[in-house]
Formats: sequence, structure tokens, C-alpha cells
Amino acid sequence: MSSVATPAPAPRRRRRRTKLQRRQTRIGWLLLIPSLAVVAFVAIYPLGKTVYQSFTNQEFLAGITPTEWVGLDNYRTLWHDTIFRDAVVQTIKFTVITVSFEFVLGLIIALVVNSSFKGRGLMRAVMLVPWAIPTVVAAKMWQWMLDDVYGVVNDLGVRLHILSHSHAWISDPATSLGAVCAVDIWKTTPFVALLLLAGLQVIPGDVYEAASVDGASKWQQFWRITLPLLRPAILVTLIFRTLDALRVFDVFAVFFGNRPDTQTMAIYDQSTIVGDGHVGYGAAISVAIFLIIAVFVVIYVTFMRVTEE
Amino acid sequence: MSTAAEATRSAARPVSRGHWLRRSPLGRALVKLPFWLLIALIFIYALFPFYWAVRSAITPDAQLFTTPIHYWPSHPTLSNFREALSTSFFRKALLNSTIVAGSVTLVSLAIGSVAAYALGRFRFRGRSAVMYLMLSMTIFPQIAILGALYTMISDFHLYDRLGALILTYLIFTLPFTIWVLTSFMRALPGDLEEAAYVDGATPLQVFYKVLLPLIAPGLVTTGLLAFIAAWNEYLYAVSFIQTPGRYTVPIAITSFTARGGNAFQVPWGQIMAATVIVTLPLIAATLILQRRILAGLTAGAVKG
Repeated sequence: MSSVATPAPAPRRRRRRTKLQRRQTRIGWLLLIPSLAVVAFVAIYPLGKTVYQSFTNQEFLAGITPTEWVGLDNYRTLWHDTIFRDAVVQTIKFTVITVSFEFVLGLIIALVVNSSFKGRGLMRAVMLVPWAIPTVVAAKMWQWMLDDVYGVVNDLGVRLHILSHSHAWISDPATSLGAVCAVDIWKTTPFVALLLLAGLQVIPGDVYEAASVDGASKWQQFWRITLPLLRPAILVTLIFRTLDALRVFDVFAVFFGNRPDTQTMAIYDQSTIVGDGHVGYGAAISVAIFLIIAVFVVIYVTFMRVTEE
Repeated sequence: MSTAAEATRSAARPVSRGHWLRRSPLGRALVKLPFWLLIALIFIYALFPFYWAVRSAITPDAQLFTTPIHYWPSHPTLSNFREALSTSFFRKALLNSTIVAGSVTLVSLAIGSVAAYALGRFRFRGRSAVMYLMLSMTIFPQIAILGALYTMISDFHLYDRLGALILTYLIFTLPFTIWVLTSFMRALPGDLEEAAYVDGATPLQVFYKVLLPLIAPGLVTTGLLAFIAAWNEYLYAVSFIQTPGRYTVPIAITSFTARGGNAFQVPWGQIMAATVIVTLPLIAATLILQRRILAGLTAGAVKG
């Protein structure tokens, strides 16, 4: 646009620019109409509708009971709903375990792959593979690997004398959460590593050169240079992973169906709405999930602001 | 002599620990050994489940369900693949998922690229608000609107139809497409359109004659990412689809049951064959386009 700007009387130029601006605004919004219409129709309207439904006793099969406004009844029930409380605890446990494992393992892998070696391109390609496959498929693969009789995990464990006998990893309540976490960690760690790797590659090499000239050890370089400079990439990765983990559905659904002791928030909500047809109560659960996730977003964002200052 | 040289050198540079090891090729290999072990470990960790799926898919049932386990079948067979592909709901699922993921991708690219054009090449009020809206949509929890969508879909008589999925999958593919394509649009040089405007082209002509060809690589990457996301979706699929003939791939994978023989034994051989069938195209596409995918993913995530 600057190349068009030729010396001209100031007032006229300003008028022309505002005219251009108005034109740009009009065309810009026109081009956005289809996308905004879709987003409004499939996301924003349903979100409003969910909030409304959460104040009603709506059932999916209408006609059994007429839909009525029930005020805060659903939320009151939800507050005392121990199944939901267990689901929240289960989901948060899952989130903390998977996100911390994925972060630490992902960072180690990223650091290893960041050093130049033969076959680095192949390595990066290999790391994309677990990310590309459907979660449901990954869950099925692991369900078979963790089979209590013919599973390879038990076989290897017994052969290597880590286990004394085969173990029912998925059905035993003591290990079921660990089993689900293993699938998620396997599927997502490489992806976390790739995101962190992208962050590592932005750090200029001469910073490290300067540090080693000054006699900083590799260990010091890691804590004083790598981690601080990687902080933006780390925070974004953690946010994305946390939000993803909080709405986990697929792995739990494949492993347990809706076994009551292993439900997550999303599993409980889905089975309330689709399984039992309690749309109103399910909507209240949805709103609660939405708020819980929002709380995490706010925590992360304020943390980001604080550390940036 | 060498020790004297070593001593002076290490006096000059304090960071030369392990220098004597780096002298000989063997010593160098020894220093590198833990590194390569780590690489090998990562490699095995990432790929072993696939190896196991392939191994189980080509193992005949008689060997699959025996202990001790065979790590490679003595008589590999393709019968599991034949069985899986002869299962009608699985064959239909491959078609259904292609239809759903393909349509969602095309619609997202068509209207998303236009939106990205507006957001990437125009300056106007409210632009950054729209960008924030799209960004927040990419982290929108789909479960939060399940009930509302469920009732809407039944009101529109879309329940148990692929249309329900095509419509609802736009929630996650469209904002993502817009976000990534906008970053591609912005990366193009600033005065690109001016020549075309001087020649009297309209904004739409500039869009599809000048800009669209230039971001073609971006369209391929974004399209593939949207396709994979739609192909992998499970929550909405399992909520809105009921008839086996309309299953998508993720539902089909979880629906294999034993036929004949031992009715209680899960047909793991067939399931693993199906697993291999549905993941091979994805893996192939990912490996071919890996550089671009990485660029797209990091544009979608890190720059956020």
C-alpha cells in the first residue's frame, strides 16, 4: 500500500484512505460470512442451547415427560452426585499423570532429536506415526497388548522376570488407570516432543557457544538457557495437552465402556445424554465440564502473564 | 607424549572431560553408545505397537491364542485381512469415513480459505476479535455441546445419517483450517495483489487467481490435518450413528465380534488386520508429507 502513496494534499488523502478502509471492512466481513455462519450454527448456538437445557428437565424421548423449566435443580443434583465427583477426580488424575509424563518424556526426546545425527529426518517421521493413527485404533492395539492371557506385555514381563505371573491390567481397578494412561502417553508423547523440538530449533546456536566459552556446563546450559528460552513453547504445549486430556473420551470408552468406577467427565456426560436420554441433566454436566476447563485456561493464562513480566 | 599434550590442552580448556575417549574410533563409539541406545529405545517405543498389530494380523488364530506367545508366526497368513474385509460393516465404514472426512475437508477448505483471505490480507475493524474467536474454537470441548447437538440433529432428521457427522465435524476442522491458512496467507509478500488490482481485478479474482495457487501447499497440509481429525473422531460418531451400515471406521474397529467357533473369544486377529488396513494410508500420507505437516502443526500450536 505504501507504494501507492504519492504526495497529495493531506485532507484528500485521508478521505481516500477512509474510503479504502471502509471498502476493506466491507469485503473482509463479506468473506467471513460463510465461516461465521457455520461457527454460529454448529458451536455458538448449541452452546447457548446447552446452557438453556441445563435449566430444564428435558428428556430425549419427549412425550414421556413434558419439558419444564426447573431452575437450578439439575445443578443441585449435580453437586451431590457422587458418580460425577468420582468422574472429575478420575479425569484430573488422568490429566496430571499423562501431561507430566508426556512433558518430561517429550522434552527428553526433543533434546535427543535436536542434536544432529544421521537419520534425524527418519526419526522425526517415525515420531509422527503414533500421532496420525486414530485414538480408538491405538486403544485397541494396546488392549490386545495388555490382554491378560495372550498379551505381549505380560509375556515380556514374565520372561524378563519383572512380573511373577500374568496380570489383568485393564480389569484390575488398581492398574486400570495406569493402563489407559499408557495408551495416551504412547500416542501423544512423540507429538509433544515435536512441538518442543520446534521451539528448540528457534533458539540460536551462538547463545550456547557464548555460554560454553564462559565455561558453563551442559547441565547449566540446559537450566539457564534452554528451559527459559523454551518457556513459551512449553506453556502452549502444556495448555493444549491439558485441555485435551480433560475432555478424554475415546480410550476410556474402548477400554471400559461406561464401567462406573472408571468414568471420566466426558464418558459420564455422554452416557447420561445418549445412553439414558437425560438431555437436561446432561446439559448441566456439560456446563460444569466447560467451567472446569475454563478454570484451567484462566490458571494457565494468568501464569503465562505472570512469568512474562 | 600424548599425555603431556593432553595435560596442556585440558589446562587450556577446562571443558575437555572425556577427551582421551574421543581419540580412537572405538572410544568415540563408546561415548556415543548411550546416545544411540536412547535413539533405539525411542524408535522401538514408537513402533513396537505397530509391529505387534502387523504380527497379530498375519498370525493364524490357532497360533494367536496359544501360550507361550510367538513373536513371529511360523505360518503367516492373510486370512485375517480377508475376514476383516469381508465383514460388511467394516467395508462400509471405510467408504463412510472417506465420504465424511472428505466432505468435511472440502467444505472446511472452501469456506475456510475465503475467511483466511479476509483475515490474512485485509485490515479491518473486528479482525483480531474474529481471530480470537477462531483460536478459542480450536480448544472448544466438543463434549460441552453434545446434548444440544443431539437434539438439533434429531430435530433436523439427521440422526443416524452421515450428514450429522459432516455438519458437526466442522466445529473442529473449520476454525483450525482458518487459523492455519491465515498464517499461510500472512506469510505471502505484502505487495503481491497490487499489480492485479492495478489491472482491474476484483478481490475475488485476486483470491483465486493469485493467492490460492501460492498457498496450495498450505491447502494440502491443512486438508490432510483436517481429514485425519475427521477420520479419527469417535465421540460424535458413536453418539449420532446407530445402524451398522453407517458406522465410521472408529466405531467399526470397536464392533468386531466373533463369528462361529468360540463365541467368547474376541477376534483379535481380524481386529488387528482392520487396524493395519485403516492406519496404513494415514501413515503413508503422513510420511510423504511429514515436513509440511510439522510446519502446519507448529503454525497451529506454537504461534498461538
